[in-house]
Amino acid sequence: MGIEKYKKGTKVLIKGNEAMAEGAVRAGCRFFGGYPITPQNEVPEYLSWRLFEVGGTFIQAESEVAAINMLYGASACGTRSMTSSSGCGISLKQEGISYIASAELPIFYANMIRGGPGLGNIAPCQGDYFQATRGGGHGDYRVIVLAPNSVQEMGNFPKLVYDLADKYRIPAMILADGLLGQMMEPVSFDFDWVDISKIPSKDYILNGCKGRERRVINTLHMDVDVLEKHNWHLFEKYNKIAANEIRFEERYTDDAELIIVAYGTAARIAVDAIVKARKEGIKVGLLRPITLWPFPEDVVAKLAERVGKILVVEMSLGQLVEDVRMFANGKSEIYFYGRPGGVVPNPEEVLGVIKRAMKSNIKAGEFCHLKKL
Amino acid sequence: MRQEVIISGFGGQGVIKAGVLLATTAMTENKHCTHFPSYGAEMRGGTANCSIIVSTDEIASPIVNEPDTVIAMNEPSLDKFEPKLKKGGLLIYNSSLISKKPSRSDIEIIAVPANEIAEQIGTTKCANMVVMGTYAAKTNAVSIDAIKASLSVVFAGKDKFLDINKSALDEGAKLK
Repeated sequence: MGIEKYKKGTKVLIKGNEAMAEGAVRAGCRFFGGYPITPQNEVPEYLSWRLFEVGGTFIQAESEVAAINMLYGASACGTRSMTSSSGCGISLKQEGISYIASAELPIFYANMIRGGPGLGNIAPCQGDYFQATRGGGHGDYRVIVLAPNSVQEMGNFPKLVYDLADKYRIPAMILADGLLGQMMEPVSFDFDWVDISKIPSKDYILNGCKGRERRVINTLHMDVDVLEKHNWHLFEKYNKIAANEIRFEERYTDDAELIIVAYGTAARIAVDAIVKARKEGIKVGLLRPITLWPFPEDVVAKLAERVGKILVVEMSLGQLVEDVRMFANGKSEIYFYGRPGGVVPNPEEVLGVIKRAMKSNIKAGEFCHLKKL
Repeated sequence: MRQEVIISGFGGQGVIKAGVLLATTAMTENKHCTHFPSYGAEMRGGTANCSIIVSTDEIASPIVNEPDTVIAMNEPSLDKFEPKLKKGGLLIYNSSLISKKPSRSDIEIIAVPANEIAEQIGTTKCANMVVMGTYAAKTNAVSIDAIKASLSVVFAGKDKFLDINKSALDEGAKLK
């Protein structure tokens, strides 16, 4: 048991999907249930042999609905479990995720977003921001959403996901896209191999009640008072997460006259555009939310007070910008630039957008992805 | 130093693998690198290409829009990527399979009869290594010796092809 494939700190060149899968195993994942869909197929492909090496279980389920309910069971038994899919498959899993959120079980799921809506295409996209950050399924619940922007982070975030999921008893996810999944970059796993026998025992799992009171995991609460109390309990938990677990990266923001807010792949494109802009003397900075929920709301609020212009760049049609606009709260001009449907913007076009936003050169009614809000 | 490369061909020519070899070698030389593949659902045939960036500085966007180098292994690849080459960029094309001549005059062009050279060495399957040899020798983006050292990592468990691949790299390097 416990075959450590890569030594901590050793650089290897692998795909983002493989890095995430290996990171999950390294962080203690011992159950995967999933169903194939591009562009995340390297995750189940990798785990289908890798989990056996560490004594884990891999199941290609008959459907996404079955897969997520397998995680419900595995997590209820105390196993660090994982599923992954792309947007359309995550849609199918939302019912189960809602149940798991209500049952307060920790799971790790990943969405390698593809172009949507509908069957869409298999190109990199960020159109599932709402689906991820608003819970996605039915009822009042939240999930922790981490957005990596490199293969390095794809490899290291699973540990963080499991630790947060366990700490708060909550579903937690990695939201990335086909580009981060398919791309190869050097990665070195920065955390020690997790010995699953040393993960603190959980006092809520179903592991046989011999010698103790039986435990019940249930999400049906017919008594409205009981369910309201449960909702308030979840609410308190979400507040605690929002107070403690916000993560973000700021670059070149000190002297910036315009801040780009972008996450994941879009943030990488933005960095190139920012470097180009600065070479031309335009002072642009970047705020990259790493947790999309909880959202770095105070950081946006403070930047909006200090910087006159905020430009939101996303590979979707105005999702992230809603959060930015909410927390900027009218303190800053907000510009939006989006490319939906699987198009990855290039740095030159973002540079063009930066220049136009700096001059507030956006005509009313003009057909353009760039919009002054 | 920064090199943006697109390697393109049909499925089965090893263009993705050649890109992985380039990126792996860059990593062993402690350079930054990204490799992004693009291919259809076919195991053989179809078109495949990959974008590789090798740089001494951090790489932000991994997308290559205007490559410094294009390595075209078949005619559709030449048609698709020659126009995208940066002015003054390098085009290496597989003249064994591409009968027409490249059209641009503002780029440097090297014709490599990769399949013929590969066949002389022993198998057309190493045609991808022939062009890699030409590329590395011409640009010095990575050294030939470092590529050779990476072969056993990228082609793990296939040591019997090691010598063939090394010869292919050397023969390709002569054409720089």
